[in-house]
Order: sequence, then C-alpha cells, then structure tokens
Amino acid sequence: MIDAPKPIAALTDTGPTAPPRSQWRDVWDQFRSHRGALIGSIVLLTIIAGVFLGPLVWPYDATFIDIRARNQGPSWTHPFGTDQLGRDTLARMMAGGQTSIAVGLTAMLLAVVLGSLVGVLAGFFRRLDGVLMRLTDLFLSLPLLPLLLVMVLLFREALNGVFGPERGIFILIVVAIGVTSWMPTARIVRGDVLALKEREFILAARSIGTSNFNLITRHILPNVMSPIMVSATLGIANAIITESALSFLGLGFPPDFPTWGRLLNDAVQYLQDYPERVFWPGLGISLTVLSINYMGDGLRDALDPRIRGR
Amino acid sequence: MLTYTIRRLVLAIPTLLFISLVIFLLLELAPGDPMAQVPLTVPPEVKEKMRLALGLGEPTHIRFVKWMWQFFVVEPMMLIDHVFGTALAEGQQRVLSWQFRSPVMDVIVQRMPQTLWVVAMSYVVGILIALPIGIYSAYRQYSVFDQTGTFITMVGYSVPPFFSGVLVIVIFSVQLGWLPSIYDTTLKVVDWQTFKLQLMQMVMPVMVLALQTTAQISRFMRASMLDNLNQDYVRTARAKGLSEWSVVMVHVLRNSMIPVITVIALGVPSIFGGAIITEQIFKVNGLGQLLITAIEANDLPMVQTVTFMIAVLIVLFNIVADVLYGVFDPRIRYD
Amino acid sequence: MTLKSLLLGATALAGLATVAQAERGADGHVNLIYWQAPSIMNPYLSGGTKEVEAASLVIEPLGRYNEKGEMVPYLATEIPTVENGGVAEDLTSITWKIKPGITWSDRTPFTANDVKFTAEYCMHPEVGCAQLAKYEGVTSVEVIDDLTAKVNFAQPTPNPYGPFMGGQAPVIQAAQFAECLGARAQECTDANFGPIGTGPFKVDEFRPNDVISLSANPNYRDPDKPRFATMTFKGGGDATAAGRAVLETGEFDYAWNLQLAPDVIANMEAAGKGVAMSAFGTLVERIEMNLTDPSPSLPEGERSTAKHPHPFLSDIRVRKALSMAIDRDLLVEVGYGKAGLPTCNLVPAPEAFASDNTECLTQDIEGAKALLEEAGWTVGAGGIREKDGKKLSILYQTSTNAVRQDFQALIKQWWQEIGVETELRNISASVFFGSDPGSPDTFPKFYADVQMYANLFDGTDPQSYLAGYTCEKAPRPETQWQGENINRFCDPAYDALVKELGRTGELEKRAEIAKRLNDMLTKDSYTIVPLVHRGRVSARSNTLGGVALNTWDTELWNAADWYRIK
Repeated sequence: MIDAPKPIAALTDTGPTAPPRSQWRDVWDQFRSHRGALIGSIVLLTIIAGVFLGPLVWPYDATFIDIRARNQGPSWTHPFGTDQLGRDTLARMMAGGQTSIAVGLTAMLLAVVLGSLVGVLAGFFRRLDGVLMRLTDLFLSLPLLPLLLVMVLLFREALNGVFGPERGIFILIVVAIGVTSWMPTARIVRGDVLALKEREFILAARSIGTSNFNLITRHILPNVMSPIMVSATLGIANAIITESALSFLGLGFPPDFPTWGRLLNDAVQYLQDYPERVFWPGLGISLTVLSINYMGDGLRDALDPRIRGR
Repeated sequence: MLTYTIRRLVLAIPTLLFISLVIFLLLELAPGDPMAQVPLTVPPEVKEKMRLALGLGEPTHIRFVKWMWQFFVVEPMMLIDHVFGTALAEGQQRVLSWQFRSPVMDVIVQRMPQTLWVVAMSYVVGILIALPIGIYSAYRQYSVFDQTGTFITMVGYSVPPFFSGVLVIVIFSVQLGWLPSIYDTTLKVVDWQTFKLQLMQMVMPVMVLALQTTAQISRFMRASMLDNLNQDYVRTARAKGLSEWSVVMVHVLRNSMIPVITVIALGVPSIFGGAIITEQIFKVNGLGQLLITAIEANDLPMVQTVTFMIAVLIVLFNIVADVLYGVFDPRIRYD
Repeated sequence: MTLKSLLLGATALAGLATVAQAERGADGHVNLIYWQAPSIMNPYLSGGTKEVEAASLVIEPLGRYNEKGEMVPYLATEIPTVENGGVAEDLTSITWKIKPGITWSDRTPFTANDVKFTAEYCMHPEVGCAQLAKYEGVTSVEVIDDLTAKVNFAQPTPNPYGPFMGGQAPVIQAAQFAECLGARAQECTDANFGPIGTGPFKVDEFRPNDVISLSANPNYRDPDKPRFATMTFKGGGDATAAGRAVLETGEFDYAWNLQLAPDVIANMEAAGKGVAMSAFGTLVERIEMNLTDPSPSLPEGERSTAKHPHPFLSDIRVRKALSMAIDRDLLVEVGYGKAGLPTCNLVPAPEAFASDNTECLTQDIEGAKALLEEAGWTVGAGGIREKDGKKLSILYQTSTNAVRQDFQALIKQWWQEIGVETELRNISASVFFGSDPGSPDTFPKFYADVQMYANLFDGTDPQSYLAGYTCEKAPRPETQWQGENINRFCDPAYDALVKELGRTGELEKRAEIAKRLNDMLTKDSYTIVPLVHRGRVSARSNTLGGVALNTWDTELWNAADWYRIK
C-alpha cells in the first residue's frame, strides 16, 4: 500500500445518498408512473375480480333457465337483461369471463413462450435455424380445422380420463390454441434476433466471455420484448375468439358452458332486435385486450433503461 | 445473396414434399366422411358404394402417389396445353374434387378474381393505412393521435369479423340501403358503371378485413419504431443536422422494418387461404369459402390441393422475408 | 345489370307487340338464394338436398308430388295405377306413358330410351349413384315404344313409385350421358354441371358452390312458360343472411330453408319486403335412446353394441320418465314457432299414416319423478338420483346448431328437475352426420346415452323408413358401424310386422301396420322420443307470385309457374 495522494474534492465519490435500489424496483416505479399501464392494470384486475368473485354474491346461476323471463331488457333484477332462454346475462358474462380470461391468458402465454423460444433459438444458433424454421413452415401450412379435429380425436378421452371432463377440455383447448398460434411470434422474434446478433453490444458481450445462455437472457431477450408484447396482446384477442370458433365446431366446452366468444357469437343473430346482447361480451373482450395492451406498453417502457429514469 | 436464395429455393422442394405428405396423413387421420352431407334418407349401403366410386376403397399410399402424380405431372401439363395449345395431358386424369366431380384447378382459377378483388385488396389497403399510423403513433408517443389510434385498432382487433361484418351490413344495407349485402361474383367490370357496382360491393368486406390487418401491422410498426427512436444512432443523426424527415423516414424506418416485413410476409399466403368468415358473411365465395366448404364436405382432394398451394406460398414468402432482412439490414449474413 | 335492363326493354317491346301478357320471358329476371350452395347439377352423383333442388329447374321426372303430397304427372300422360292398368295386378311392373311432343332443350325428342338409360346409368355398379334406393328391386326397364317404358321389379312392389318419380329421380338425356356410364360418370364435368333437360330453365353457367346462371328453356313444352327470362341462383352464406336479403333488403326474390329462431324471422318480416312461408313434410326432431352401454370403460368394439345392454336406459320406466319431463309446446315456441308442431310420432305425416298418439304432449314432472322412484332410483347427493351406487347421469349429444343447443339447455334443466344429471356435447355436423368408422363422434356409433337430430323419409310412403329399425340394421363393428337402427332396437315382433308391410298392397292396411310400427318405437317403448314435427320455412319477396311451398318434392317443383307480381 502506498500513501494515496490527497484526493481532489471534485473527483471523489461522496458515497450514495439513497440506499441502493434493485433493478426491479426501478422497473416497478417506472411502470407505476405510466398512466395507461396503471389504468390498464386496475381495469384488468377489476374484470378478473368481477368475474371470479361476482358469482359468489350474484344470486343467479349462469345456466339457470327462467323461460318466462326471456328476451328481457336491462332491469333491476337482470341489470344486463336476459337471453332467448331467460338466462341472466350478467351471470353468463361472469361465468363466461372466467373461462375466456383463463383460456385467453394461458393460451397466449403458451403461444408466446413457445414462439419466443423457437424464434430465439432459430435466430441465435445458425445450426438450428433451418430445422426450426422448416418446422414453423410446416405448422403454418397445416390446415387448422382438420388439425384440431385430429387433436380432439386423439386426446379428448385420454385427457378426460386423467383430468376429468372440465379440466381435460380446458387443457385441450389451451394446448390446441397455443400449438396452432406460436408461429408468427417465432418468425418475428427470429427476424429481430438475426439483426440483433450482429450488433456491436453483442460482440462486446461475447468478447468478455458471456455464455450463450446469459447472452440470450440478458442481452437478446430484453431487446426483443416489444414485438413479443405486441404478439401477446394480439394473441389474447385471438385466443378468446378462437375459443368461440372451437366451441362452435363442437370442439370446445360443452354447449351450455358460456364464454365471451360464444355469447358474442350467439348474440349476433339478434343484433337488430336486441343490440345490447352483443354489447356486453364485445365490451368484455375489448376491455380485456385494451387493458393488457396498455399494460404491455407500460411494461415495455419500464424495461427499457433508456426511457427509465427520464 | 443470390446463392443463398437459390440454395433456399432448392431446399424448399424436399420441405414441400414432406409438408404435402404430412397434410395428406393429417387429412386421412381427421374424422370425417365425404358422405356426411348426403341426407339421412340415403341408405348406408348406397353411401358405401358412393365412397367406393370416389376411390376411397384404395389404400392410403396409393391415393397419395396418385395425387402426387396428378398434381405435379398432369396439372402442369394441362397448363402447358392451355398456353401452347398442345395435347400432352389428353386422357390423363386430373385432380378431381369429390364434391363437384370436376378438376380442382378449374374451380380454384374460377375463385381467383373475387379473392384478389376483396382479400388481396383489403390486405393492400390495410398495409397502406397501417404503416403511416404506426410510424406517426410512435413518433408522437402518447399524443392524442396515438391514443385514439391505439384505441380504435385494439377495439377493431378484438371485435371479430363475424360481428363487425354483420354490423356493417345492418347499418349500410338494411338501415341505409346504400350497399348490396350480397356479393355478385358474376359481375364483369367492363365500363364505368360496372366498376362503380364492383366498388360498392367491395367496400364492406374490404373494410372489415382491412381493419384486422391495420390493427395488427400498425401495432408492430409502432412498437418497432419506438425501439429504434431512442437509439444512439438517432441522436447522432440529429446531431449531424439531418432533417427530422430523413431521420425518421430513412434511418429509423429502415431499421424498424424487420418485424414488419415478417408480419407482412406471413400474411400474404393467408390472402390465398381467403377470409373464411368475412367471405361467408358477404357471400363473396372466394378461396376461403371454397376451402371451408371442402373441409365441411370432407372433399379431401380439394382440401389437399388448396392447402398445399398455400403451403407453397408460405415457404416462398418466408424465403422472400429472409432475403428482405438482408436488404434492409446488410449486417445480417446467411453465408 | 345491363343485360337485365336490356332484356327488360326487349320484353317490354314484345309486350306491346302482342296481346297476350303471359308470355315466356315476359317477367325478366328472378334471384334465388340458397345458403347452402349446390356443388353439382346431377342429383344422381350428389344426393344432397341443395343439388336435387337446383337440378329440378332443369331436369324433370315423369311425375312429381304436389304441395299436398299427391302424385301429378309431369312428363307422363298420367300416373300409372292398378286401376288404370299402368301397374300390373301382381305389382311386379309399372308402365309409364310419355306425353307426346316433348323435346329436350337442344330440340331432340324425349323418348322412352332416355328413361331406360337413366335407370341403367343409376344402377351401374361403378357409378356410385346416390339415388340407388329409388331404383331398388328394379330388374329392367323395357322400351315398349318411343313413348312407353315399362319398369320391371324382382318382387311384388306395393309402392312402385320409386323410379322416375319426384325430384330425386329425374330423367337425364341418353345422348348427353352416353359416355358417362360407370366409372366415367365422375369425369363428365360438362354434363354434370350443365345437364340438358326438359325443365323450364337451362344452365348458362354453373359455378360450383357459388352461383348458377340460368335462362328460360326455349323449347319448354308450354310456350307461355316460364315467365322469367333469366334466373340467378346464388349459394353460400348462412340462413340469417339469406333471410335478410329477401325479407329486409329485397335484393333477392326467394330464400330457401330459413332455419332461424321464430322471433328473428318475425322481425325480418316486419320490414315488409317479403313473407316467410312454411309447410310440413315428414321431418321429425327426436331424441334417440341408446339401448346399449356406451361406457368408455368397455373395450373398443364392444362399446355401444348389443353385447352390453345399457345400465339404466334399458329400463322402459327411465326412458318414459325422460320423455314425460319434456314440454314439447315450449320447445316449439322457442325453436320453431309456426314452423314446428309438437309431436309424439316418428311418422307424423301423411295423415293416413300418422298415429293418433298424443299422450306425450303434456309435460308431467311429478309423474316422471314417481316413475323413477318406482324404478328404484332415489334422490341422492346433489339432487341426483342413484340406484345401487350408480348415478343417473346422461351424456346428451347432438350436432352444432343454435336451436339444438337451446333445446339441449332446456331439456337438461327439465331432466335436472326430475333428478337426472346431464352432460351436454355438441359435435360439428360434418363429423356427426358422417360415418367415419375411425371417429367416436358419429351418430351411428352413438358413444353417448341419448342423442338428438332430425330425420325424414322421401315421398309419402314410410315403408323403408320404418324398415330401418329391424334387428339386423343396428350399426356395429361388423357392419363398419353402418346401419339405420341407431338405437340398437331389437324386437322380433317388429321385424315380423315390417315383413308383413312389405307384402301388403292395400293402402288402408299398410297405413294400419305403419301406425303400429310407429307406436312400437315411440309410445310402447320410448326408444325414440319425438319432439317436434318440423316444417320448412322459406321466404319469398312480395313481388314473386306462383310459389307453392312443397315439402314432398323439391321447392322449385313449379318454378315454371312463377311470375312477377306487378
């Protein structure tokens, strides 16, 4: 140890005044200050709370038929009105929301995770690129309907046997939607990764010996977050609508099981006579998608260190 | 780049042959019966005879080889005959549809005009609207324009065409009586008057379809622009004194195109898959309606042929996208 | 458009020149919409209703059924009967006399040779003729002279009106189809898309599954008909859109088979552009009980076969209770409106064959509960009845269709009231009504406890319909799951009675036997639980005249008589 020269006052670090903050704390602060994201989160949480807790206090059952009360407009007993069999629309919206949100979120997560994984691997490792992209081509080419019919044929009984009819069909639907909708995400992520991989900061990271795993998780993934976010928001809307198409084909939940997509589908026939019937499920889907979109926006901003802290 | 393209094109051939086999096996495995739409009054024995007449009695591999021969040999010969007036394919059996008992290719060609008019047009319209919206929304992030754009596109995307299509019909055909609700595929555009009729019957389906395209592409455009607008090179470009227009429209845009190209290229093949629901609602009867009715009627030769042609486009446009990556970002190297 | 106005102009001039207003082509253009599009113009190769209907504009049979179900001669001079000597005393042959002077639309004469050829075409083993059942038992068709054809049957046939009678068995031109016999039938695209016919219209352009352009047949036998010069036959879309195009926007003149909720149709009619018409045939929406055990725990190949009787539906009291719990009036009100009637019969029409079975029409929840108690089913946990530890739980399947799903929901609730738990399942129609032996979801396989669908019989004689419920017609693995006896109903007395029906020629006796057979399946055994006698609803615009909705033949049977109301 040699004696240090007297430090120049202007060049000394005066020790941090604030306690150290974790990165995630910063992210959270930034997210919180994003007005759209905050409102989006509140709306989404309200919807989720409404559809999951609502049925506990609401006296009507979603499948109970009161045939004398059919085709009613909004009233105090039925605030959202009733359908052509006299089932309470509010109760059906709540029950339908449970399924739609659950299916939408899980199927979207499955598709996005699968798509990002395939996309990152294909973009990053040249050797995997050919195989994975041909696989993507194959999946994009398969006709959706026969594919779903085959999946139902092969797996329905087996899944029902293991998980019981309701959970079995839920898994089947989520997997069916996920497996048939990951391809665009994969292609988009791969395209971005191909370009990112050639950037200087990756070269720099590689030159200091960063492992491939760290390279992907720390440097590549955060930079492809924004297309993934967009895929995710669009994916939710897609999954909710696809679910209704599936039940229409008889591949989905039992016919008396309401979902938002099915409510919307059923109500279209009555568009002219009872327009309020399309309004509620349409509103439910749109609000969910919009709020997730804003949350995605906020999250993207929060994760971007260039924006954060400005 | 050229060698890369050629290599990819050559590699595409075995890929496509494999895809055609997988599609064929998938269709074989799928539950379904070409006799499902025959009324129940037709006795089962008669249905069995009808199935045999369609060639369903033959084993799967024979039928696959037959389809391959008819599709890859006889149909191209037919095309040559048609163009040069030769008679190469005379007496050869073509791919016959089970529903129509007519060559599949003839029907596909017949469906092309309305598909291009409506579905392709809506795609072009959608892209043309989406790009400026995406760019401007990102440039003025969280402005009123951006917020409204986000709101409309997201609501537009979450409202499925089976609803929005019926809604515009009720408004513009039933209530106002301005536009026809049923698309006339026999209309031939020969003069100004028929052109106007064609425009009128196209407006609603094109609007409904373009909404979906616009929503999707503008979101990706916006996100990708946002990623690039904060990059260091943008600051450098501005510091250099470049005009704002050339900073955004040349530098940022070019670097933001990669995900957008991917999305656009992914969507092109689906034009030829048609727009099933929208076509059904407006009775456009394009390729989408052809495919869905063929699937419902279990018309396997038709489904196989149409899906395979879409597969060709998918593979082809993925190659196009990969080549374009290299054009937009020269750092991307495949060799 | 230009063509239309041109024609209108031309016809207006012609109208001035001649005195007679009722002239061929005088009423210009007519637009029809079928939400299911025809795929071919040859009913012998398709068998689908839409194809039969479209083809009936062009090719005609010798005789048709009119809107009351009576036989009327078309290309024949009269309907042959035993009384007029047309049908042999021993019921083994029928002789048709053709109207003199009829020509095809290409001006060649229509002869008995064409009739003989049609039978040969359909009966050829390699054609895969969809209407083969119409020619069942025919040994030969003889040409007696140019205008006389004799159809010989192998056995005495009490109902010899299968061949050449009704829209399903029209006569095709021998000259045009001569090259299309046997396996070649599949490749004759031009003939299949544009058959030459004797009917009021001829095909100008056929676009499969899309649109057909037709024009008046210049050589039609009645010089004043058809009144329309051209016709557009558009296909595709859905029933709602078709109804809207006729009733609300007035773009089309006629829409076929509007399967829509009654209040939707009523609201469309309120627009005042057209009317919805309904007529009743023999179509019955029913619930069928599975008399065999569909449990997935059984090995494949034994599931839903006679080896294992159903654990509880084999008890008639359970079946009866399920039927008693249903309020058929309400089902009609919700699902069909004026296009439906509550029924307890499998054969609801024609009148002579309809049994006076009305017992099921009143809902009796308490009676149903008592019946289940009597059968030993007591209420257990959650209000679900149990017996020997087995729950009264039912899987109820049907095809995807908005009205059927409403029916499922309603019936589930009634069954719940009597303590029966119901799991609902809907299956895409293209799978359900198919008979792919590899699929577990087809209706002949019946891997469910009860299922609902509608069925009918062609023409006015239910013999072959009722004969479908004999023991050997049960679908099972040995028959590749083919067969009409979906319920696996098996009663030797029933089989014997079916045989007797086949031997009986006298109409009154036949009706009596048919009623007994109907009762054995319905009120005596509750194997089949009929719900609704369904009518056909079609819509016409206010300006289209001459339409007579016919459920016994094709709806377009009298298109030659259609005219424009001015």
